[in-house]
Amino acid sequence: MAMTIEDKLGLNRFNVDGTPHIEINGNYDDQTLKERLVMACPAKLYTLREDNTVDFNYEGCLECGTCRVLTGGRIVKSWDHPIGGMGVAFKKG
Amino acid sequence: MDEEKFDVIIVGGGITGCVAAYLLAQAGVEVLVVERAEGPGEKAVTGGRMYGHAMEKIFPGFAEEAPVQRKIVREKISLLGETTAFTVEYDDEDMRAPDMASYSILRAEFDPWLTEKAEEAGAMFIHGIRVDKVLTDENGKACGVLAGEEEMHADCILLADGVNSLLAQQLGLKKELAPKQVAVGVKEVIQFGEEEINKRFGVKDDEGLAWLLMGDVTNGAVGGGFIYTNKDSLSVGIVETIEEIGYGGVAPRDMLERLKQHPAIKDILTGGEVVEYSAHLVTEGGYDMIPQLYSDGVLVAGDAAALVMNLGFTIRGMDCCAESARLAAETILAAKEKGDYSKETLSLYEKKLNESFVVTDMKHFRKMPAFIDNHRMFEQYPGMISEMMRGLFLVDGSKPQKFSKTAMGAVKKVGIFKLLGDARKGMGAL
Repeated sequence: MAMTIEDKLGLNRFNVDGTPHIEINGNYDDQTLKERLVMACPAKLYTLREDNTVDFNYEGCLECGTCRVLTGGRIVKSWDHPIGGMGVAFKKG
Repeated sequence: MDEEKFDVIIVGGGITGCVAAYLLAQAGVEVLVVERAEGPGEKAVTGGRMYGHAMEKIFPGFAEEAPVQRKIVREKISLLGETTAFTVEYDDEDMRAPDMASYSILRAEFDPWLTEKAEEAGAMFIHGIRVDKVLTDENGKACGVLAGEEEMHADCILLADGVNSLLAQQLGLKKELAPKQVAVGVKEVIQFGEEEINKRFGVKDDEGLAWLLMGDVTNGAVGGGFIYTNKDSLSVGIVETIEEIGYGGVAPRDMLERLKQHPAIKDILTGGEVVEYSAHLVTEGGYDMIPQLYSDGVLVAGDAAALVMNLGFTIRGMDCCAESARLAAETILAAKEKGDYSKETLSLYEKKLNESFVVTDMKHFRKMPAFIDNHRMFEQYPGMISEMMRGLFLVDGSKPQKFSKTAMGAVKKVGIFKLLGDARKGMGAL
């Protein structure tokens, strides 16, 4: 059976920072963009709630930047690298 | 607060940062590298292949000593239909020559070696620190960096902070990446053992292959798959242009599974254990995407300067990183000698880069990004080729059709003028 994204993320080491390095506006009103954002994240960290707003969890972030580039200031309001030493730590890369 | 001043501060301890640090330290420059990862290479992700020529200039014979995975001695390119694969394979003895060789690498293994080289030469590293800002003096010249509460000062700053160089954006040297100019790469490292890799791919120890795949893997979207043989594992991944996300209805993360489940790939991967999952952006805008490379007291190099070439069949980035780092280091040495780090002096970097293979090659392939950005390449041509091949190779006892008829039928579906037009554009872009 194919591995889930959760299984895959479970293989990586993460040092979880107490504060998110990405902030979003989950109410942004563009359905297509919201759906593309949900698709875009390799770690599947964006989901749509029942009321159609965007939910986001920064834990498990692979720090690629796709969400920032895709939404260009919409939905993803601010994007930074996690502070030093925090976030994902690859052992293969 | 400690008011220590360096000649040069390099932001980012990847290939670009380490190469520049090594060359500068060797020439007696006081250099500090600030890297946000706790350990070298822990934030670095590559698809997996580095052309060795640029590194060879800096560390002759480096592959003997550096933790490279395998020398790539075979190229494979596949056009995938839903259940078909048309593959071109190319072997060339010259792929073994040091000046033409390329290597599969894993950055979390490679970067610690490179860091050690720079440290031995006298460069200082601090790991686990994120630089938040480049500091400028009253004349607007870069003069240091801010990391949290701490200020660190230097005559010159080299930004080697990778594809997501927020610092180059802050300084106004670079615009935000555009969805059309950048792809997301998603990769797994799948462990097999060295003997298994040799057996499955028909290669001997320390040699391996690079395999690019397009068509069904992205379900027609602009992008493709890749497989590189590492020593005892495979790097298996996909890339998709960000603007394409949604086209074809398959999420990039699911394209990776789609590749792994393809009938032509599935059996090769059976029994492997996934040991890591990663993602990274790949700039693919080519020559027209190169940002402003310098300003007063600051230079931008490597991935931060979008020095990447995606030609569809070849993807190059790390050799451009090493070369741009070398040229940035030469420029900084010239500036130090003059005691002048102004924009005018640092413009030497752009001049050197323009004369180097980095920019001449990017200019040469300038039309490639527009050529590749064409759905026919990913949607229709793989299917067209499959249809022709079926006509040649499938035998079911019924009366065979003339190949010219099968072939024309397949071509007509795309449109002969479109095909000829694309072929002409393709030749023009090469």
